[in-house]
Amino acid sequence: MSDAKSQILGRIRGSLKRDALPAATVAALDERLARHERNLLPQRVARDPAGLVALFVEMATAANTEVTRLAALADVPSAVATLLARENLPAELVASPALADLPWAERPLLTVRFDRAHGPDAVSVTPAFAAIAETGTLMLVSGADTPSTLNFLPDTHVVVLEAKDVVGPYEDALDRLRARGSTGELPRTINFVTGPSRTGDIEQTIQLGAHGPRRLHILLVEDNG
Amino acid sequence: MHATSHAFKKNAHEALHDAVLQRALLNLKAGFQDRRARTVAQLPEWEALRERAKAIKDHVLLHLDFYLERYAAQVETRGGMVHWARTGAEMRDIVLGICRSVGARTVTKGKTMIAEEIALNDFLEEQGITPVETDLGEYIIQLRHEPPSHIIAPAVHLTKEQVADSFRAKHTTLDPDRPLGEPRQLLDEARAELRQKFLDADVGITGANFLIAETGSSIIVTNEGNGDLTQLLPKVHIVLASLEKVVPTLEDAATILRLLARSATGQEFSAYTTISTGPKRPGDRDGPEQYHVVLLDNGRSNMVGTEFQDMLRCIRCGACMNHCPVYAAVGGHAYGWVYPGPMGAVLTPSLVGVEEGGHLPNASTFCGRCESVCPMKIPLPKMMRHWRERQFERHLTPNAARYGLALWSFLARRPVLYHAAARAAAWLLGRLGGARGRFRSLPLAGAWTATRDMPAPQGPTFHALWAARRRAPGR
Amino acid sequence: MSNVETAPARHRVALFVTCLVDLYRPAVGFAAVKLLEDAGCTVEVPAAQTCCGQPAYNSGAKTITKDIARRVIETFRPYDYVVVPSGSCAGMIKAHYPELFADEPDWLAQARALAARTHELVSFLHDVLGVRRVDVRWQGTITYHDSCSGLRELGVREQPRALLRSVDGLNIAELPYAEVCCGFGGTFCVKYPEISDRMVADKIANVVETGAGLLLAGDLGCLLNMAGKLKRQGSAIEVRHVAELLAGALDTPAIGDPAKPTAR
Repeated sequence: MSDAKSQILGRIRGSLKRDALPAATVAALDERLARHERNLLPQRVARDPAGLVALFVEMATAANTEVTRLAALADVPSAVATLLARENLPAELVASPALADLPWAERPLLTVRFDRAHGPDAVSVTPAFAAIAETGTLMLVSGADTPSTLNFLPDTHVVVLEAKDVVGPYEDALDRLRARGSTGELPRTINFVTGPSRTGDIEQTIQLGAHGPRRLHILLVEDNG
Repeated sequence: MHATSHAFKKNAHEALHDAVLQRALLNLKAGFQDRRARTVAQLPEWEALRERAKAIKDHVLLHLDFYLERYAAQVETRGGMVHWARTGAEMRDIVLGICRSVGARTVTKGKTMIAEEIALNDFLEEQGITPVETDLGEYIIQLRHEPPSHIIAPAVHLTKEQVADSFRAKHTTLDPDRPLGEPRQLLDEARAELRQKFLDADVGITGANFLIAETGSSIIVTNEGNGDLTQLLPKVHIVLASLEKVVPTLEDAATILRLLARSATGQEFSAYTTISTGPKRPGDRDGPEQYHVVLLDNGRSNMVGTEFQDMLRCIRCGACMNHCPVYAAVGGHAYGWVYPGPMGAVLTPSLVGVEEGGHLPNASTFCGRCESVCPMKIPLPKMMRHWRERQFERHLTPNAARYGLALWSFLARRPVLYHAAARAAAWLLGRLGGARGRFRSLPLAGAWTATRDMPAPQGPTFHALWAARRRAPGR
Repeated sequence: MSNVETAPARHRVALFVTCLVDLYRPAVGFAAVKLLEDAGCTVEVPAAQTCCGQPAYNSGAKTITKDIARRVIETFRPYDYVVVPSGSCAGMIKAHYPELFADEPDWLAQARALAARTHELVSFLHDVLGVRRVDVRWQGTITYHDSCSGLRELGVREQPRALLRSVDGLNIAELPYAEVCCGFGGTFCVKYPEISDRMVADKIANVVETGAGLLLAGDLGCLLNMAGKLKRQGSAIEVRHVAELLAGALDTPAIGDPAKPTAR
């Protein structure tokens, strides 16, 4: 296999009519990688935090996402219970272990499991690492207490998003991820989610709910305390 | 996939007379074209982003060896494995080897044109492994044993009635009288059929829209969530990607991603854009235990540094074929291989040879609409012309055309003869059809007059009239 | 009342006639001359001109194309401007001659110099000479097809519409999908006639939908193609080059129409 690798790299160099790059060039390219500079950003993300939250809600709603604003994280279990009742769904769900500390006990009729999702799970609740106002996109990050199956298997996906985690462009969200630790700690999966699952594959008619969730709800928590 | 591009004219003829196909192709206009136009109009930075994206890719291609090496090293640092395949056959063998190593019986597949390029599905089936397409369009055509006709909407050539017929024929455990008249019903049925297959699969294979050198990550861009279920649930995740998919950093990918969904479907961003890096981490409750990336050359290394290098900037959005009047007339199957439309016209001869693919770059008026909507500013007509130049040099151009051009050029370099020939032609055509102003048929012009009248020349040539006017200045 | 010191210099313009105008429809060439003279130019028609070389270029015959291009460069060297009643021929000279000679620095410089002085007719009148109106009356509805080369290589889109809007009594019905190719494409229409026919049929359907009585465009190739299809369908819609209408030169029968009895 290293045979194939060196042949392929050799062919590329031959086509470019050169040998392997000189050390100085390699150093400059490595430096470009390390700097990971941003390219131009769209004007629409040049807003203050309140403006970005408003933009996020506007863009997410346009992408068929329902957004409910809550005053505090403590209101989440209650909001979930209300949502399930309204949608006439059974009062059971699977949630990210990261949300285990929320006051679920206030809603004893809600059956909550903190785990990854399995086939029969109909509703999931997960936190968002960040949200990108530019296109109404959620950034969900895998980890020991944020399994990714929660984002895809259930029919209804509820996401808890704190207003302080709404940023303008994707680049700001990526920087927050890098700030978590060195890039050696990138998660297995970063999901950028914009609206529920959809397809246009039959006669170009857009249908929601292909293989991923059919419904996406965001509980947007304004609490700064 | 076995190529029938050499039969383009025959394929096109059949397509033009296929009423069902023609009805399906009408959806391209309101679907892809109008949506893209609306979304692009909402982004004032569009042209600047195109320019930047082009610059990023051009930079990568000039340093492709460096970026591939950095990428591969990063994948391995983060617990993944990289395999290098010079040819489609090598890639198939690598995939088979990985599948066998875990005793795989079924493999789910997210959409990947590379798998089509190397004819992976048939190969796996021959080896006793069942591939299951999970993208709805790919699933439908897999049921029908058809190739895809579009790189992002593989079933765009089908009507919903045709899909319903296929579902009735293949989903035999379901009530034969169930209603399947609406896309909603078809989608719900496909979702239910594929659910268990996602959960049961031993291996999941996806493509990659981008490979990130900085982090060793792969990115898939989907709307259905099938790609994510494919790469999340099985024990093994295999990524198939050709060499030119690599970009330097996550920021560079973000820039190009701003162009991709808008160009493809007119969405601001796809429903799911997923960055994957290595296998599951210790403590993760889900995710694959193994992460493999298979890099495919299959002709790309020969395109670098040539007049076809620009084609390697392609991000497989499909905008070119969505806006091409030739594609709109004949659909994707007529092109006879994996890649249809304008990008297929340029890429196919590179990958399968100009003898097999030669019709494709000729079946173009060079209207340039493709280039004008290409997010990566690829000069598609220019490269189609380069293929015509290669054909001319190698005497693959039909003799009639060569003789005609030689005669034309002989005259064009001799103005006196040229003008005399023009006068003679005008006189002759005038005699043949003058009074009516047009011909219903004309010797040697049957291709035109079969379906169009040929207007007759006005009378004497311009040069003759101008010279006469100059000689009689009082007029 | 013109004062000698402020009167514009009379630009020395060469008309690049084009093969199709020469053979098929001299009226377009004469209309172009009238428009240019009315705008204050001195117009000459070098007799040594033949073809711009595009058929050879698009067939991949680069060497032949270069031979033809060199002659064009030489023939048109002495003029301030070269004006072409065709987007595709003008585009060949402006956009492609420099590409052709990319490897020959001396000819490249000359190609660039010619390209800088070469213009499609209507965009020359509007953008270079500043013409904003024509003194023509014409009652009726027209629709306008944007020929691909003029549109995409040269940016010709607003200029013909601006001048048409100045025609007294004229109404423009915008053509749906005006920017989609009509299917002519030079040799394409005879190499792939079925596809070409399909494209022109779609185009004509759009034209008929506008209700216009007259179809205009800036390229004779497109016009012959569209007129041929309209006539085969028995349509009464007339087809002319936009220069004919802008010059008020409507004596010649429309493209593909028989000579009117009274005009004999």
